[in-house]
Amino acid sequence: MSNSGAQPLSPWRWLGVPLVQVVVATFVFALPLRFWGFSLPEPLFALPVVFAWAVIRPSMLAPVGVMIIGVYLDLLWGSPLGLWAVCLLLPYGLVLGGRAMLAGQGRLIMWAWFCAATALALGAGYLFTMLDAQNAPDPISVGWQFLATIVLYPFADLLIDLFEDADVRFR
Amino acid sequence: MSYRDNPLGELRVPLTWTAGIVFIVVLITSVAVLLSDRREVFDTDDYGRPRTLSDKVMAPVGDALSTPGRLTGQSVDGVRGYFFAVSENRRLRADLKEMQQWRDVAIALRDTNERYRAALGLKTDPPIPMASARIVTDSRGPFANSRLANAGSEAGIKPGNPVMSENGLVGRVVGVTEGVSRVLLLTDVASRTPVMIDRTNSRAILTGDGGPNPKLEYLRGQDPVRNGDRVLTSGDGGVFPRGLPVGIAVKGLDNRWRVVLASDKAAVDFVRILLFQDFTQVANRAGLEKIEVPLPTPGASTLPPLAPVAPPPAAASATTAVKPSRPAQTGAPREQ
Repeated sequence: MSNSGAQPLSPWRWLGVPLVQVVVATFVFALPLRFWGFSLPEPLFALPVVFAWAVIRPSMLAPVGVMIIGVYLDLLWGSPLGLWAVCLLLPYGLVLGGRAMLAGQGRLIMWAWFCAATALALGAGYLFTMLDAQNAPDPISVGWQFLATIVLYPFADLLIDLFEDADVRFR
Repeated sequence: MSYRDNPLGELRVPLTWTAGIVFIVVLITSVAVLLSDRREVFDTDDYGRPRTLSDKVMAPVGDALSTPGRLTGQSVDGVRGYFFAVSENRRLRADLKEMQQWRDVAIALRDTNERYRAALGLKTDPPIPMASARIVTDSRGPFANSRLANAGSEAGIKPGNPVMSENGLVGRVVGVTEGVSRVLLLTDVASRTPVMIDRTNSRAILTGDGGPNPKLEYLRGQDPVRNGDRVLTSGDGGVFPRGLPVGIAVKGLDNRWRVVLASDKAAVDFVRILLFQDFTQVANRAGLEKIEVPLPTPGASTLPPLAPVAPPPAAASATTAVKPSRPAQTGAPREQ
């Protein structure tokens, strides 16, 4: 019988590895590659990870990890420094606050929550960019990024399945 | 015993609260970072050390990672060229026939143009030196559209330099360090470019919004633009040289005038960075900011005191014309 549930969850396994995966995946999708004349989409790979971190358990390191990912996205994409950190922390806080409601929910409901978290992140990005640049971003482009991100929910589901029961204190 | 009853469950509340406090602290820190960041510093040399360092690290990594994709694309193009050589040859022959006629027209026009310039005594713009670079990363999201090019300060590139592909204007340099430059695309939500409609000479500001087709704002004049009009840089403000091709004007779905960018005709993998100096680069901004300007004294005249004028000789005053200190403005046409 496995006694892994009684052991403390190593931060490197559930925070470090996904963070590195997000960094690599985002960088690969930022390469100037074209396939049949079309460039790659630009989904928010960070959002499934941020969502899963908030669902798995409250943590002191996770918000710092979210901020690191956000600053990395700003430096890579050239957006104002701090924009994506704030845009990712807001859905993290929302999901963390609603953990009790999310417990035991089916995949479809979880996906709906993921869509809401994505909408919050992009909505915040829209608002902050509009205030900063004094110019409204194109809603269609925001919509495309929303669609490209919500299809990534299976990755969040996989991460939740892997680590949700790993720490018995937060079941 | 259920998991809820285990003694470790007591640890849940303090850790949850601590995690919540850390979350709030990190959120406040991020908001502070966001508020302290100013996108207008892109216009100066003050690009910021974090961005400079990250660009320096990301550019070679992006260059290395994009190499397989680039080589594959070149191979596919080679194979395609081999299989479509006959049709391509036919098309090129037709193009060449048309271009030969245009060449004769161009030679005649150049000759006429040179004679007009000589007759009017116009001073032409000096040729603008250029630096070539390859794009190594590309962000296409709704909130930021920028690219990293693998040439930097060692090539003489400075913030503000216009960036062109083989088809048209791509954007301008907003940050430079050794070996890498960040290019703000025309489609970026923070991009503003003074442009003109080629047909009517009407001015407008090309405003990016994160979508593929930036908007034409502040259009002046009656019926200043029509579908299919060519849009060029106006050179107003001195940021861009005049006449760089930008794209074609089209009416958008939102009933606003937009521009289909000329640079979108093909993938932007290689770019030319024009080492064009705008007014803000020519002026030493840092030096100007250090100069202490004395506060105006209330009631004092803001004009310099007039120089004492010597009384003209009585005999000569009636016949000698006063020579102006600066040449008077004439109606001579200025160079466009």
